[in-house]
Amino acid sequence: MPDKQADTYINSKMKEKLRKPKKYMNPYAAGVLLGMVLLASFYLTGRGLGASGATRSLVIGGVTAVAPDHADNSLYFSKYLGDSQMKSWLVLEIAGVIIGGFLSGAWAGRLKFKVEHSPKITPKRRILFASLGGLLFGFGSQLGRGCTSGAALTGMSVLSLAGFVTMMSIFGTAFALAYFFRKNWI
Amino acid sequence: MGPFVPLHNISNELNLLIAFVIGLGFGIALEQAGFSSSRKLAGMFYGYDTTVLKVFFTAAITAMLGLIFLNFVGLIDLDIVYVNEYYVTSAILGGVIMGAGFIIGGFCPGTSFTAAAIGKIDAMWFILGSIVGILLFGETYRYWQEIYMSGYKGAVKISDILGIRDGYFALLLILVATLMFWVAELAEKKFKRDDITKEI
Repeated sequence: MPDKQADTYINSKMKEKLRKPKKYMNPYAAGVLLGMVLLASFYLTGRGLGASGATRSLVIGGVTAVAPDHADNSLYFSKYLGDSQMKSWLVLEIAGVIIGGFLSGAWAGRLKFKVEHSPKITPKRRILFASLGGLLFGFGSQLGRGCTSGAALTGMSVLSLAGFVTMMSIFGTAFALAYFFRKNWI
Repeated sequence: MGPFVPLHNISNELNLLIAFVIGLGFGIALEQAGFSSSRKLAGMFYGYDTTVLKVFFTAAITAMLGLIFLNFVGLIDLDIVYVNEYYVTSAILGGVIMGAGFIIGGFCPGTSFTAAAIGKIDAMWFILGSIVGILLFGETYRYWQEIYMSGYKGAVKISDILGIRDGYFALLLILVATLMFWVAELAEKKFKRDDITKEI
Protein backbone atom coordinates (compact mmCIF):
# COMPACT_ATOMS: atom_id res chain seq x y z
CA MET A 1 0.00 0.00 0.00
CA PRO A 2 1.92 3.03 -1.23
CA ASP A 3 -0.21 5.42 0.83
CA LYS A 4 0.68 3.77 4.07
CA GLN A 5 4.30 3.60 3.04
CA ALA A 6 4.26 7.29 2.30
CA ASP A 7 2.67 7.90 5.69
CA THR A 8 5.36 6.03 7.57
CA TYR A 9 8.01 7.79 5.54
CA ILE A 10 6.56 11.18 6.45
CA ASN A 11 6.20 10.09 10.07
CA SER A 12 9.80 9.02 10.36
CA LYS A 13 10.93 12.25 8.68
CA MET A 14 8.87 14.27 11.14
CA LYS A 15 10.23 12.36 14.10
CA GLU A 16 13.75 12.98 12.88
CA LYS A 17 12.96 16.66 12.51
CA LEU A 18 11.55 16.79 16.04
CA ARG A 19 14.56 15.05 17.52
CA LYS A 20 17.10 17.25 15.83
CA PRO A 21 17.46 20.69 17.44
CA LYS A 22 16.50 23.58 15.22
CA LYS A 23 19.25 25.80 13.88
CA TYR A 24 20.17 29.00 15.67
CA MET A 25 18.85 32.23 14.26
CA ASN A 26 20.95 34.09 11.72
CA PRO A 27 23.32 36.16 13.90
CA TYR A 28 22.54 39.48 12.21
CA ALA A 29 18.79 38.85 12.56
CA ALA A 30 19.30 37.89 16.22
CA GLY A 31 21.28 41.11 16.65
CA VAL A 32 18.40 43.18 15.25
CA LEU A 33 15.97 41.34 17.56
CA LEU A 34 18.18 41.98 20.59
CA GLY A 35 18.59 45.61 19.52
CA MET A 36 14.80 46.03 19.28
CA VAL A 37 14.34 44.58 22.78
CA LEU A 38 17.01 46.99 24.05
CA LEU A 39 15.32 49.90 22.26
CA ALA A 40 11.95 48.92 23.76
CA SER A 41 13.58 48.97 27.19
CA PHE A 42 14.94 52.49 26.55
CA TYR A 43 11.59 53.70 25.25
CA LEU A 44 9.59 52.22 28.10
CA THR A 45 11.90 52.74 31.07
CA GLY A 46 14.68 55.12 30.05
CA ARG A 47 17.24 52.45 30.86
CA GLY A 48 18.66 49.54 28.93
CA LEU A 49 19.15 45.90 29.83
CA GLY A 50 21.04 44.40 32.75
CA ALA A 51 22.05 41.06 34.17
CA SER A 52 24.68 41.31 36.92
CA GLY A 53 22.54 43.89 38.75
CA ALA A 54 19.88 41.21 39.29
CA THR A 55 22.45 38.85 40.80
CA ARG A 56 23.58 41.68 43.08
CA SER A 57 19.95 42.19 44.17
CA LEU A 58 19.78 38.50 45.08
CA VAL A 59 23.07 38.71 46.98
CA ILE A 60 21.90 41.80 48.89
CA GLY A 61 18.55 40.09 49.59
CA GLY A 62 20.43 37.08 50.95
CA VAL A 63 22.80 39.14 53.09
CA THR A 64 19.87 41.18 54.46
CA ALA A 65 17.93 38.03 55.33
CA VAL A 66 20.88 36.38 57.08
CA ALA A 67 22.49 39.40 58.74
CA PRO A 68 20.43 42.62 58.38
CA ASP A 69 22.82 44.69 60.52
CA HIS A 70 25.76 43.56 58.46
CA ALA A 71 24.01 44.64 55.23
CA ASP A 72 23.22 48.04 56.77
CA ASN A 73 26.82 48.50 57.82
CA SER A 74 28.30 47.28 54.54
CA LEU A 75 29.80 50.24 52.69
CA TYR A 76 28.93 48.72 49.31
CA PHE A 77 25.65 46.87 49.81
CA SER A 78 24.08 49.71 51.81
CA LYS A 79 24.30 51.88 48.67
CA TYR A 80 21.58 49.71 47.15
CA LEU A 81 19.44 48.93 50.18
CA GLY A 82 16.97 51.79 49.75
CA ASP A 83 16.25 51.28 46.08
CA SER A 84 13.76 48.44 46.35
CA GLN A 85 11.92 49.25 43.11
CA MET A 86 15.07 49.06 41.01
CA LYS A 87 16.00 45.83 42.79
CA SER A 88 12.71 44.10 42.01
CA TRP A 89 12.76 45.47 38.46
CA LEU A 90 16.06 43.73 37.71
CA VAL A 91 14.97 40.49 39.37
CA LEU A 92 11.72 40.42 37.38
CA GLU A 93 13.66 41.17 34.19
CA ILE A 94 15.99 38.24 34.85
CA ALA A 95 13.01 35.99 35.67
CA GLY A 96 11.83 36.93 32.18
CA VAL A 97 15.25 36.10 30.71
CA ILE A 98 15.19 32.64 32.29
CA ILE A 99 11.63 31.89 31.13
CA GLY A 100 12.29 33.41 27.70
CA GLY A 101 15.45 31.33 27.33
CA PHE A 102 13.58 28.22 28.43
CA LEU A 103 10.71 28.80 25.96
CA SER A 104 13.14 29.45 23.13
CA GLY A 105 15.14 26.32 24.01
CA ALA A 106 11.96 24.24 24.29
CA TRP A 107 10.72 25.45 20.90
CA ALA A 108 14.08 24.69 19.29
CA GLY A 109 14.44 21.29 20.97
CA ARG A 110 17.51 22.25 22.98
CA LEU A 111 16.33 21.43 26.52
CA LYS A 112 18.81 19.03 28.07
CA PHE A 113 20.68 18.75 31.35
CA LYS A 114 24.35 18.63 30.48
CA VAL A 115 27.80 19.94 31.18
CA GLU A 116 28.90 21.31 27.85
CA HIS A 117 32.62 20.86 27.42
CA SER A 118 35.31 20.17 24.88
CA PRO A 119 36.06 16.42 24.49
CA LYS A 120 39.64 17.28 25.49
CA ILE A 121 38.67 18.18 29.05
CA THR A 122 36.63 16.46 31.75
CA PRO A 123 33.24 17.74 32.94
CA LYS A 124 34.84 18.34 36.33
CA ARG A 125 37.46 20.65 34.84
CA ARG A 126 34.75 22.50 32.90
CA ILE A 127 32.71 23.07 36.06
CA LEU A 128 35.80 24.25 37.94
CA PHE A 129 36.61 26.79 35.23
CA ALA A 130 32.96 27.86 34.85
CA SER A 131 32.79 28.57 38.59
CA LEU A 132 36.08 30.47 38.57
CA GLY A 133 35.02 32.46 35.50
CA GLY A 134 31.72 33.28 37.18
CA LEU A 135 33.54 34.46 40.28
CA LEU A 136 35.76 36.79 38.24
CA PHE A 137 32.83 38.05 36.17
CA GLY A 138 30.77 38.70 39.29
CA PHE A 139 33.59 40.61 40.93
CA GLY A 140 34.51 42.54 37.78
CA SER A 141 30.90 43.50 37.07
CA GLN A 142 30.70 45.26 40.43
CA LEU A 143 33.98 47.09 39.96
CA GLY A 144 33.06 47.99 36.38
CA ARG A 145 29.49 49.07 37.27
CA GLY A 146 27.77 46.52 35.06
CA CYS A 147 28.52 43.57 32.82
CA THR A 148 28.37 42.91 29.08
CA SER A 149 24.64 43.79 29.09
CA GLY A 150 24.37 46.80 31.37
CA ALA A 151 27.77 48.40 30.89
CA ALA A 152 28.99 47.37 27.43
CA LEU A 153 25.91 46.81 25.21
CA THR A 154 23.55 49.30 26.87
CA GLY A 155 26.35 51.81 27.36
CA MET A 156 27.38 51.66 23.71
CA SER A 157 23.81 52.20 22.52
CA VAL A 158 23.57 55.53 24.35
CA LEU A 159 27.06 56.39 23.04
CA SER A 160 28.49 56.40 26.55
CA LEU A 161 32.29 56.45 26.55
CA ALA A 162 32.24 54.16 29.58
CA GLY A 163 30.33 51.57 27.51
CA PHE A 164 32.95 51.57 24.75
CA VAL A 165 35.87 51.42 27.20
CA THR A 166 34.32 48.53 29.16
CA MET A 167 33.48 46.66 25.96
CA MET A 168 37.04 46.99 24.67
CA SER A 169 38.50 45.94 28.04
CA ILE A 170 36.31 42.84 28.21
CA PHE A 171 36.89 41.64 24.66
CA GLY A 172 40.52 42.79 24.52
CA THR A 173 41.39 40.83 27.67
CA ALA A 174 39.51 37.74 26.55
CA PHE A 175 41.41 37.80 23.22
CA ALA A 176 44.73 38.42 24.97
CA LEU A 177 44.22 35.46 27.34
CA ALA A 178 42.65 33.12 24.76
CA TYR A 179 45.97 31.45 23.97
CA PHE A 180 46.53 30.40 27.59
CA PHE A 181 43.12 28.77 27.93
CA ARG A 182 42.95 27.22 24.47
CA LYS A 183 43.02 23.68 25.83
CA ASN A 184 39.61 24.25 27.41
CA TRP A 185 38.00 25.21 24.13
CA ILE A 186 39.84 23.99 21.01
CA MET B 1 6.49 60.67 24.40
CA GLY B 2 9.04 58.36 25.97
CA PRO B 3 10.62 57.14 28.09
CA PHE B 4 7.26 55.97 29.31
CA VAL B 5 7.83 54.96 32.94
CA PRO B 6 9.70 58.07 34.19
CA LEU B 7 7.33 60.46 32.39
CA HIS B 8 4.03 58.87 33.38
CA ASN B 9 2.60 58.01 36.71
CA ILE B 10 2.33 54.27 36.33
CA SER B 11 1.76 51.63 38.96
CA ASN B 12 4.59 49.55 40.36
CA GLU B 13 2.83 46.40 39.14
CA LEU B 14 2.79 47.62 35.54
CA ASN B 15 6.45 48.61 35.83
CA LEU B 16 7.34 45.11 37.01
CA LEU B 17 5.25 43.55 34.24
CA ILE B 18 7.24 45.64 31.75
CA ALA B 19 10.45 44.32 33.35
CA PHE B 20 9.25 40.75 32.92
CA VAL B 21 8.17 41.20 29.29
CA ILE B 22 11.45 42.94 28.36
CA GLY B 23 13.28 40.08 30.08
CA LEU B 24 11.32 37.54 28.04
CA GLY B 25 12.41 39.23 24.82
CA PHE B 26 16.00 39.47 26.08
CA GLY B 27 16.09 35.77 26.97
CA ILE B 28 14.55 34.67 23.68
CA ALA B 29 16.98 36.81 21.66
CA LEU B 30 20.03 35.48 23.56
CA GLU B 31 18.96 31.84 23.32
CA GLN B 32 17.99 32.09 19.64
CA ALA B 33 21.37 33.65 18.88
CA GLY B 34 23.05 30.58 20.37
CA PHE B 35 24.37 32.34 23.47
CA SER B 36 23.17 29.45 25.61
CA SER B 37 26.28 27.54 24.50
CA SER B 38 29.66 28.40 26.02
CA ARG B 39 31.50 26.69 23.17
CA LYS B 40 29.70 28.94 20.71
CA LEU B 41 30.49 32.05 22.77
CA ALA B 42 34.14 31.08 23.17
CA GLY B 43 34.39 30.55 19.40
CA MET B 44 34.72 34.32 19.17
CA PHE B 45 38.20 34.20 20.70
CA TYR B 46 39.48 31.39 18.49
CA GLY B 47 37.76 32.51 15.29
CA TYR B 48 35.71 29.39 14.55
CA ASP B 49 32.41 31.10 15.48
CA THR B 50 32.09 34.88 15.53
CA THR B 51 28.40 35.07 16.40
CA VAL B 52 29.20 37.15 19.51
CA LEU B 53 30.68 39.99 17.46
CA LYS B 54 27.87 39.94 14.88
CA VAL B 55 25.02 39.87 17.39
CA PHE B 56 26.62 42.33 19.79
CA PHE B 57 27.41 45.04 17.26
CA THR B 58 24.19 44.59 15.25
CA ALA B 59 22.20 44.96 18.49
CA ALA B 60 24.12 48.02 19.67
CA ILE B 61 23.77 49.72 16.28
CA THR B 62 20.05 48.85 16.01
CA ALA B 63 19.30 50.35 19.43
CA MET B 64 21.59 53.34 18.79
CA LEU B 65 19.90 54.17 15.48
CA GLY B 66 16.48 53.59 17.04
CA LEU B 67 17.23 56.10 19.80
CA ILE B 68 18.56 58.68 17.34
CA PHE B 69 15.46 58.21 15.17
CA LEU B 70 12.96 58.33 18.06
CA ASN B 71 14.67 61.49 19.30
CA PHE B 72 14.57 63.03 15.84
CA VAL B 73 10.81 62.52 15.48
CA GLY B 74 10.25 63.71 19.05
CA LEU B 75 9.10 60.38 20.48
CA ILE B 76 11.75 60.14 23.19
CA ASP B 77 13.41 62.65 25.46
CA LEU B 78 17.06 61.60 25.42
CA ASP B 79 17.79 63.84 28.42
CA ILE B 80 15.93 61.32 30.59
CA VAL B 81 17.61 58.26 29.06
CA TYR B 82 20.35 57.05 31.38
CA VAL B 83 23.92 57.44 30.11
CA ASN B 84 26.45 55.31 31.99
CA GLU B 85 28.84 57.35 34.09
CA TYR B 86 32.51 57.03 33.32
CA TYR B 87 35.00 56.20 36.07
CA VAL B 88 38.19 55.60 34.09
CA THR B 89 40.07 53.18 36.37
CA SER B 90 37.16 50.94 37.34
CA ALA B 91 35.74 50.80 33.81
CA ILE B 92 39.08 49.49 32.51
CA LEU B 93 40.02 47.27 35.46
CA GLY B 94 36.49 45.91 35.84
CA GLY B 95 36.47 45.13 32.11
CA VAL B 96 39.83 43.34 32.33
CA ILE B 97 38.61 41.13 35.19
CA MET B 98 35.37 40.42 33.31
CA GLY B 99 37.33 39.57 30.17
CA ALA B 100 39.35 37.02 32.12
CA GLY B 101 36.08 35.65 33.52
CA PHE B 102 34.71 35.38 29.98
CA ILE B 103 37.54 33.28 28.53
CA ILE B 104 37.85 31.15 31.67
CA GLY B 105 34.13 30.68 32.35
CA GLY B 106 32.74 30.84 28.82
CA PHE B 107 29.74 32.96 29.74
CA CYS B 108 28.78 36.43 30.82
CA PRO B 109 26.01 36.94 33.39
CA GLY B 110 23.13 37.39 30.90
CA THR B 111 24.11 34.41 28.73
CA SER B 112 24.66 32.21 31.80
CA PHE B 113 20.99 32.70 32.77
CA THR B 114 19.68 31.58 29.36
CA ALA B 115 22.11 28.66 29.29
CA ALA B 116 21.06 27.54 32.77
CA ALA B 117 17.42 27.88 31.65
CA ILE B 118 17.89 25.18 29.01
CA GLY B 119 19.75 22.86 31.38
CA LYS B 120 23.47 23.71 31.04
CA ILE B 121 24.94 22.63 34.35
CA ASP B 122 28.19 24.52 33.73
CA ALA B 123 26.12 27.73 33.46
CA MET B 124 24.53 27.04 36.84
CA TRP B 125 28.02 26.83 38.35
CA PHE B 126 28.96 30.06 36.58
CA ILE B 127 25.97 31.77 38.24
CA LEU B 128 26.98 30.34 41.61
CA GLY B 129 30.51 31.64 41.02
CA SER B 130 29.21 35.11 40.14
CA ILE B 131 27.15 35.21 43.36
CA VAL B 132 30.34 34.48 45.29
CA GLY B 133 32.24 37.09 43.25
CA ILE B 134 29.67 39.80 43.98
CA LEU B 135 29.60 38.89 47.66
CA LEU B 136 33.39 39.01 47.73
CA PHE B 137 33.45 42.46 46.15
CA GLY B 138 30.85 43.75 48.60
CA GLU B 139 32.68 42.33 51.61
CA THR B 140 36.10 43.64 50.55
CA TYR B 141 34.80 46.92 49.14
CA ARG B 142 36.87 49.07 51.48
CA TYR B 143 40.05 47.88 49.75
CA TRP B 144 38.68 48.77 46.31
CA GLN B 145 36.76 51.91 47.18
CA GLU B 146 39.51 54.22 46.00
CA ILE B 147 39.89 52.41 42.67
CA TYR B 148 36.10 52.19 42.32
CA MET B 149 35.66 55.95 42.66
CA SER B 150 38.81 57.22 40.91
CA GLY B 151 38.93 59.00 37.56
CA TYR B 152 35.34 60.21 37.57
CA LYS B 153 34.44 61.92 34.30
CA GLY B 154 30.64 62.07 34.50
CA ALA B 155 28.18 60.76 31.92
CA VAL B 156 30.41 61.53 28.92
CA LYS B 157 29.42 60.54 25.43
CA ILE B 158 31.97 59.31 22.93
CA SER B 159 30.55 61.65 20.27
CA ASP B 160 31.24 64.63 22.55
CA ILE B 161 34.82 63.52 23.11
CA LEU B 162 35.34 63.21 19.37
CA GLY B 163 33.50 66.49 18.81
CA ILE B 164 31.07 65.07 16.25
CA ARG B 165 27.29 64.75 16.14
CA ASP B 166 25.68 61.53 17.37
CA GLY B 167 24.48 60.65 13.88
CA TYR B 168 27.97 60.93 12.41
CA PHE B 169 29.36 58.72 15.14
CA ALA B 170 26.64 56.14 14.43
CA LEU B 171 27.60 56.21 10.74
CA LEU B 172 31.27 55.77 11.66
CA LEU B 173 30.40 52.82 13.91
CA ILE B 174 28.36 51.20 11.13
CA LEU B 175 31.35 51.45 8.79
CA VAL B 176 33.71 50.01 11.41
CA ALA B 177 31.23 47.21 12.23
CA THR B 178 30.82 46.34 8.54
CA LEU B 179 34.58 46.00 8.25
CA MET B 180 34.68 43.82 11.37
CA PHE B 181 31.84 41.62 10.04
CA TRP B 182 33.81 41.10 6.85
CA VAL B 183 36.92 40.10 8.81
CA ALA B 184 34.76 37.86 11.02
CA GLU B 185 33.34 36.00 8.02
CA LEU B 186 36.89 35.47 6.72
CA ALA B 187 38.04 34.29 10.16
CA GLU B 188 35.25 31.71 10.33
CA LYS B 189 36.58 30.22 7.09
CA LYS B 190 40.23 30.37 8.12
CA PHE B 191 39.76 28.96 11.65
CA LYS B 192 36.96 26.60 10.70
CA ARG B 193 36.42 23.79 13.23
CA ASP B 194 33.69 21.52 11.95
CA ASP B 195 34.28 19.09 14.81
CA ILE B 196 33.24 21.80 17.28
CA THR B 197 30.58 23.65 15.31
CA LYS B 198 28.61 20.52 14.52
CA GLU B 199 28.31 19.80 18.24
CA ILE B 200 27.13 23.22 19.38
